Amino acid sequence: MTIAVAMSGGVDSSMAAALLSDAVSRRDPVLNSTANSVGTVAGSREPLLGLTMQLWNQRRLPGLQGLAGSSANPGHASGRCCSLDDVYDARRVASFLGIPYYVVNLEDRFEADVVHPFIEGYLAGETPIPCSLCNTAIKFEEFIHTAEGLGAERIATGHYARVRRDPETGRYQLLAAADRARDQSYFLFGLTQAQLARAIFPLGGLTKDEVRELARARRLPVAEKPDSQEICFVSSGSYRDFIEAYLGEQGKESTSQPGQVVSVEGETLGEHQGLHNYTVGQRKGLGLARGEPLYVIELDRDRNRVVVGRNEHLFRQRCLVREVNWIRPVSAGECVPAAVRIRNKHVPAPARVEARPDGEALVEFVEPQRAITPGQAAVFYDGDEVVGGGWINRVL
Amino acid sequence: MRRVYLDNNATTPVAPEVSEAMHPYLHEDYGNASSVHWYGQRAREAVEQARDQVVRLINAHPSEIIFTSGGTEGGNTAVLGAVEAARPRPGAGPKHVVSTPIEHPAVLYAARALERRSIEVTYVPVGSSGVIDPADVKRAIRPETVLISVMFANNEIGTLQPLEEIGQLAREYRTVFHTDAVQAVGKVPVDVEELGVDLLSLSAHKLYGPKGVGALYVRKGTRLEPLMYGGHDERDRRPGTENVPGIVGLGAAAELASKHLAQDAPRLAALRDRLEAGILARVEGAFVNGDPAHRQPNTLNMRFEGVKGEALVMALDLEGVACSTGSACSSGSIEPSHVLAAIGLSCDQARSSIRLSLGRYNTEADVGQALEVLPQVVERLRALSPRYSSAETVAGAS
Repeated sequence: MTIAVAMSGGVDSSMAAALLSDAVSRRDPVLNSTANSVGTVAGSREPLLGLTMQLWNQRRLPGLQGLAGSSANPGHASGRCCSLDDVYDARRVASFLGIPYYVVNLEDRFEADVVHPFIEGYLAGETPIPCSLCNTAIKFEEFIHTAEGLGAERIATGHYARVRRDPETGRYQLLAAADRARDQSYFLFGLTQAQLARAIFPLGGLTKDEVRELARARRLPVAEKPDSQEICFVSSGSYRDFIEAYLGEQGKESTSQPGQVVSVEGETLGEHQGLHNYTVGQRKGLGLARGEPLYVIELDRDRNRVVVGRNEHLFRQRCLVREVNWIRPVSAGECVPAAVRIRNKHVPAPARVEARPDGEALVEFVEPQRAITPGQAAVFYDGDEVVGGGWINRVL
Repeated sequence: MRRVYLDNNATTPVAPEVSEAMHPYLHEDYGNASSVHWYGQRAREAVEQARDQVVRLINAHPSEIIFTSGGTEGGNTAVLGAVEAARPRPGAGPKHVVSTPIEHPAVLYAARALERRSIEVTYVPVGSSGVIDPADVKRAIRPETVLISVMFANNEIGTLQPLEEIGQLAREYRTVFHTDAVQAVGKVPVDVEELGVDLLSLSAHKLYGPKGVGALYVRKGTRLEPLMYGGHDERDRRPGTENVPGIVGLGAAAELASKHLAQDAPRLAALRDRLEAGILARVEGAFVNGDPAHRQPNTLNMRFEGVKGEALVMALDLEGVACSTGSACSSGSIEPSHVLAAIGLSCDQARSSIRLSLGRYNTEADVGQALEVLPQVVERLRALSPRYSSAETVAGAS
């Protein structure tokens, strides 16, 4: 069997590759019992390949370079994904481990399936998470496809999550990582059975600290490399600049127009500069002088309005979720008790999830939740297990 | 796993004769060729002997050879140095350069640098064959044209250009003529007198010599501004302590090339033709890119419908066959080959192309192995490709 490891040049995916490489050389059953039963790695020509996905050309949008490039080396995109430094690091690790290594260019797919929806989402008043789209469309779709072309039946990534095959049903389960603080199962809710069957997450049973320690002990060249930021192709905090620069490059006008800022009571309080500049729960930068703190409660796309109110208005109990992927088989009409996570750092809250036709679900929390945000994912947990998840469409 | 190297246009192994010749100059005869003493004289002697060896390969005079760090320095020195040194024509506009869109980046990017300095460059189009028409060059020449730079053999598709005719035009219009002959030297006969070139760049590692060394031929009387300033080495035209072992390696490689050319060229052409015919017979939807007639003997550029060249190169490597998607420099970038685009291939066609380039040490068995592996790999990739079905190929081919 051949495993293709997705290597970003960071410490996590490098250590994932190192763990697999060690398992290969020990001819051990891969990883621990909580991982899928992949048997023993043996018998294939190249048991392990390292691949880096080139997703975004950092030479694009030169106007943004100054924001992210280091001042010592202007135009040199450090600290962002797919920089030459990252490819260099990944290559160095692969060479250190003695595994074949290639860079695969998936820029076209990334732009179509991740960047476009990301921008569309913001312009439509949502707060999208590109990482989930990237996992579903790129890492576990196009990348698996590329790996197959190279003769690799399985793929591994440095995600903090676990996959288990239920021995009774034969179905694959997606589980939260052992390190709850680092758990990335939230971003993986879109994986199908076929994708889960091929996925290996070598770090699922480890904490981030353990991974750092192992990387140091293994003397990986990237052991001390700082962690990457949240959205790989956008320098931190400047997604608005990214959107403007991208639309400029495409010769497109922003479809996001100025409009009114109104209170929950319907009173006009001021003007906004386009819905994409706001996110639900935001307090700063509203430009409103009021006696009490005001928060963005809702981005009303139909009327192009930003609705603001007091903190208590942010607490809502129900939302409609679209494009639901059920990892555990659940049919329309069924009701599932679950703990629902509405953003990555949110502690899953008890709720009742009703599966509806057309891939929708209605989530009804036991207690109101603060800042349920369209565009973010709602992921349904039963303990450790991800039962399913989808995109928050509307807050009811 | 038995490995087969079919990427000789990217680089070649150093011939045993070459590394043997270089060896003493790394150890015993390590002098600086500019030094006065015995050590220096030994090194100087070796450098001058290497110069003679290069001279014999291209029919030049020893004073016309400048040793460089390779093809990129040669191309840059020729293009930037010749334009810089040229006197503006009286009464004419700003200086003008004629080149082609299929040049190696060493020339292409130097030309673009000139454009940023407000020097105009005309890129003479190439047809689907990849061969330029001298009549187009003639049309492109203006009174203010100071340089014509046309590559001898293309690194990606192997196409050979009609240099002699262009050389005549250059003489007629009294314009400096440079050719990037990096891919041609050692593969086809190169005679600077017959070609009528004023500047010719070559590189050692494409002809079984070491990396990091090359030569620039500068016809006597050609005005050339150096790229770098420093010592008085190479007749003040290229400062820096001579890379003696490298230069010795280039000389030895040049001499070997003179010796081998007559038998290597037909042997490689036969091997290449067998590879080409074998692939065409075994793989549906495979096509040869470029002009099959005006092509150097070792190069084969092909495209495979429904297959990404990038994936094919990786998959072949895992099966022990080394080749590339085009020039090694642009591997890993998504930009489809500028050469394949210039000969009229669509983006998809260019991205489904690979280059196989043979060399002196390839054997019948190598070709046999490639012919065994390649059809299987193409088939596997096509089976995974949602965009490909063999029915389409048959329809497209008929």
